[in-house]
Amino acid sequence: MFLIDCPYCGERDQQEFKAGGEAHIERPKQPTELSDDEWAEYLFMRKNIKGVQFERWNHAHGCRKWFNMARDTSNDEIKAIYKMGEKPPTQ
Amino acid sequence: MRNKYSIFSLFKNALSYHENWQRTWKDPVPKKEYDAVIVGGGGHGLATAYYLAKKHNMQNIAVVEKGWIGGGNTGRNTTIIRSNYLWDASAGLYDHALKIWEGLSQELNYNVMFSQRGVMNLAHNLQDVRDLKRRTHANRLNGIDAVYLNTEEVKKFCPIINTSQDIRYPVLGGTLQRRAGTARHDAVAWGYARGADEMGVDIIQNCEVKSIKRSGDTVEGIETTKGFIKTKKIGVVAAGHSSVVANMAGLKLPLESKPLQALVSEPVKPIIDTVVMSNAVHAYVSQSDKGELVIGAGTDDYISYSQKGSHQIVEGTLNAILELYPIFSRMRMLRQWGGIVDICPDASPILSKTSIKGLYFNCGWGTGGFKATPGSGDLFAHTIANDEPHKLNAAFNLNRFVSGDLVDEHGAAAVAH
Repeated sequence: MFLIDCPYCGERDQQEFKAGGEAHIERPKQPTELSDDEWAEYLFMRKNIKGVQFERWNHAHGCRKWFNMARDTSNDEIKAIYKMGEKPPTQ
Repeated sequence: MRNKYSIFSLFKNALSYHENWQRTWKDPVPKKEYDAVIVGGGGHGLATAYYLAKKHNMQNIAVVEKGWIGGGNTGRNTTIIRSNYLWDASAGLYDHALKIWEGLSQELNYNVMFSQRGVMNLAHNLQDVRDLKRRTHANRLNGIDAVYLNTEEVKKFCPIINTSQDIRYPVLGGTLQRRAGTARHDAVAWGYARGADEMGVDIIQNCEVKSIKRSGDTVEGIETTKGFIKTKKIGVVAAGHSSVVANMAGLKLPLESKPLQALVSEPVKPIIDTVVMSNAVHAYVSQSDKGELVIGAGTDDYISYSQKGSHQIVEGTLNAILELYPIFSRMRMLRQWGGIVDICPDASPILSKTSIKGLYFNCGWGTGGFKATPGSGDLFAHTIANDEPHKLNAAFNLNRFVSGDLVDEHGAAAVAH
């Protein structure tokens, strides 16, 4: 349980949000040419990092907009919040 | 040879004021090389070592544990054991475990307090009723005991449940597996540790794996906080931290680690003599032999290794518990905790070889691994010893995420394990 600073609404309780998992997983550009291994990588394989992880969140019970977050999963500390389409912070 | 625990050894030791009991397992310094190393000294890891030594004649092996044995999810679960899963592959896996549970205390000469008090799953809506009836039929076709109960029968089996049809999610029925029940979780780890240690397995505690050394696609050993250990076979049984260990070997797994919470109340006199689970409202409860109510809550939806869950998860579970069991309204909760569970996309475990030779993973048990401890150890030992899965865990390979042959137990096994 923690507070999340929604880039559109400001600081709100985490229970208003829905976690969307690992960020920056790009949808395959040419799905018809993908091998089974590449599909498995895209669909199922996850970094599941212990440490700073880039992930997607949705303000489900608020503005319902998606955004990205860099969060340390070992202590739930939020390092950065940035909008969809933006590049992840370098540090 | 170690002394056998019995009424006579108890009597004999009573004469010396219980000051001369033997050490239950040694505290060895790691050797330079082992035939196999198990990473993770929880129930599953220790069971794996036990069966490797006992059934596959591999005694020159070690279990390395970063903390103390049984100090992870083995000590954090709600100790429920059942095998009433929907799909054939899961039924085979979990019932294999349940059959071993039935003779485990005798086999280990260690009382794991296995209690077949039954597990009842409740239905709260029409879809639940249909799903549970379907699962009952599927169980019986697989030789697993299962009966469907109507609301009156649920009330008769567990009288403290509120079966009023006026509550928000009324009880419409349920299933009962009488062979299911609970066991003492610590005792399972300690019993397997004692058995494995007696056969020569080195159980090395406070020894964290730092990296996995490989040459090409073959493992060579592990670097630990107690030095380098050479080995040709590594079995990783690291629960919530499986992905962390996999990353050391350059592997990615289809896992997400999330906090799962549970809580216990103050101890009271016997009030509930079975395990009741409800997936729709997400509440399950049983009573420990000490008298505490053991309550399982749900997982948070975000990845975290923090071992802290959100308050609203516990609150939601307790709301449901209070509606189903108004008698508990003035109970005080004694302890609440979170453990990190590794969840697979299909809610089924992975017991598998990997693309790296000599590296094996036993993970993805998610919210319900405790019940499978003996079966998981037995089948994982088989997989490591023969470099091939047993027929009972063949379906639980890592390649199923490539082939698409998933064992989708999400709805079937239900949210709560």
